[in-house]
Amino acid sequence: MTEPGRQAVVRVEHLSKHFGAGSARVDALIDINMEVPSGQVVGLMGPSGSGKTTLLNCMACILEPSGGRLTLDGEAVYDDHWLKADLRRLRLDKIGFIFQYPNLLPFLDATDNVAVVLHLAGLGAAAAHKHAVELLDYLEVGHRKHAMPAQLSGGEAQRVAIARALANRPRIILADEPTAPLDSARARIVMDLLRRIAIDQSAAIIVVTHDEMILDRFDHIYRLRDGRLETDELSRAPAGVDH
Amino acid sequence: MNLAYRDIKHNLLRFVLTNFGLSLLLGIVIMMTGVYGGLIDDALRQARAANADLWVVEAGTNGPFAESSRIPGDTRELVSRVYGVQRAGSVTYQSVQTELNGAPHRLFLIGFEPGRPGGPRQLSAGRDILRGHYEMIVDRSAGLELGQEVMLGTRDHKFSVVGLMRSEVTSSGDPVAYITLRDAQALQFELAPPASRREQARGGSMETNDQINAVIAKVSPYVPVAETAAALSRWKHLTALTQVQQETLLSKFVIEKARKQQLLIMVLLIIVSAVIIALIIYTMTMDKVRSIATLKFVGAPDRTIIGLIVQQSLSLGITGYVAGLALVFIFRPFFPRRLVFDPESVMAVFAITIVVCLAASTLGIRLALKVDPAEALSAAG
Repeated sequence: MTEPGRQAVVRVEHLSKHFGAGSARVDALIDINMEVPSGQVVGLMGPSGSGKTTLLNCMACILEPSGGRLTLDGEAVYDDHWLKADLRRLRLDKIGFIFQYPNLLPFLDATDNVAVVLHLAGLGAAAAHKHAVELLDYLEVGHRKHAMPAQLSGGEAQRVAIARALANRPRIILADEPTAPLDSARARIVMDLLRRIAIDQSAAIIVVTHDEMILDRFDHIYRLRDGRLETDELSRAPAGVDH
Repeated sequence: MNLAYRDIKHNLLRFVLTNFGLSLLLGIVIMMTGVYGGLIDDALRQARAANADLWVVEAGTNGPFAESSRIPGDTRELVSRVYGVQRAGSVTYQSVQTELNGAPHRLFLIGFEPGRPGGPRQLSAGRDILRGHYEMIVDRSAGLELGQEVMLGTRDHKFSVVGLMRSEVTSSGDPVAYITLRDAQALQFELAPPASRREQARGGSMETNDQINAVIAKVSPYVPVAETAAALSRWKHLTALTQVQQETLLSKFVIEKARKQQLLIMVLLIIVSAVIIALIIYTMTMDKVRSIATLKFVGAPDRTIIGLIVQQSLSLGITGYVAGLALVFIFRPFFPRRLVFDPESVMAVFAITIVVCLAASTLGIRLALKVDPAEALSAAG
């Protein structure tokens, strides 16, 4: 829910998505409504097959909704005039994505895995490299900047992946089970990091998770079941984190 | 940031091994070009070695290489008197097989008149034929040394090697050897002693028959060759062929089947190379599906993905071609027949390699463009 004075960066209105037609039709998302303001970390929970990943894919602009309206940072996506290239550009400029597994490019070192996104956005090689190193330092993994993905630990790789998601200073960060491959201590560290990013960069962060241990790290939790938004509950504010 | 280069660097060993295999394949394609070039060059050298403007042969024949031609030995004197002819020389051609150190040895003997057209053009070692008999100038590919003696003919005449040449072979790869016309005629027509005695007993004509295969004429630079050829053709028993006609006969007709066969092998090899390159590129792309999905997910345009595949395909093709070319040149001296590379054919194979790489990469590009960015969300691979 958008608090007074805070602008909704992600706005989902009556969003639906179905696959197939006729008797084979499967409704993956039904009449979804949600808002995520800047500076907030929102959890998206639900059992397997509830539609979490489908909703995340729609918000990441890689899956076109069947109906409803999706507004990302003030731009109504999937209006008739939207082209594939526009969606790609929107993904590059405004959306950062943290995968369940780091998904680092195995042939690039940590710095270049971050710099590649800046390079795609048109930044020169030297500037991209400098900014990538700064981001790695910000995420306290700067000492591993020359390491190849195979040489990084799970936690280090996930931080590099987060740095890549932050590279273009996106207004929206989508995370798909970012803590799944981590132990509970590291999971909390990653969630605290996301909270810090949301505040520092005024970003809206949406995290798909099954992990009940990190519920206290969310500002809001949306629960999905059978493609419908079941509850819209306020989470407890994490101790010691000001927002 | 060059993603193709980074990927190659990351998987260097695999790239090197793949490249080695491809370089062998492209090396064979390049080698076939050399064999093809060698076949044509050898055939043309045979005709060009005589340095003729006109070939006077038996009437109605395309001699002396495409067909047999036999004309009287005094034809040279007739030809010399024709308007425009500056110099003329009689020649004979015959293939012989002898034994050297217990191994069969083939030679293509050219009988010529020393000091007249038709003799060897350039020696790489030794001297010209000075004596009237039993001296020989031979191509180095025969493996003979200066001063070495070779037994030829039914009466085992000992010919001494006095000069050596380079790259003088026939279209079938046999080394060329020059001897005097008289010796060549003797070898061609003399009978073995028993046969000679039988011939003598039945009252047949004896010993050397003064016949030759062709007369080579040099035409004055002030007289059109065609005019002289027309004048020579007025003799009913002779045909005059220009150098161009002779070269056409050799390159188009004498070696036509061999030429077509090699061309077909080359085409098949190029097709095989294209299929193999396409499979390599496809497999390399398959291995990168997850990386491609991630790149697409983070907003990489299609041209970045296409560039990655095309650059890798071209890197593979170019380095494979260069390595293949190097391999061919390293192993060139060990080939039993000459490999002749002209810059045009070497560049043509390079251009074909580039085209094949580009065409082969379309398979990988198709696969890459079909990759759904959502695949980046699937379980770790």
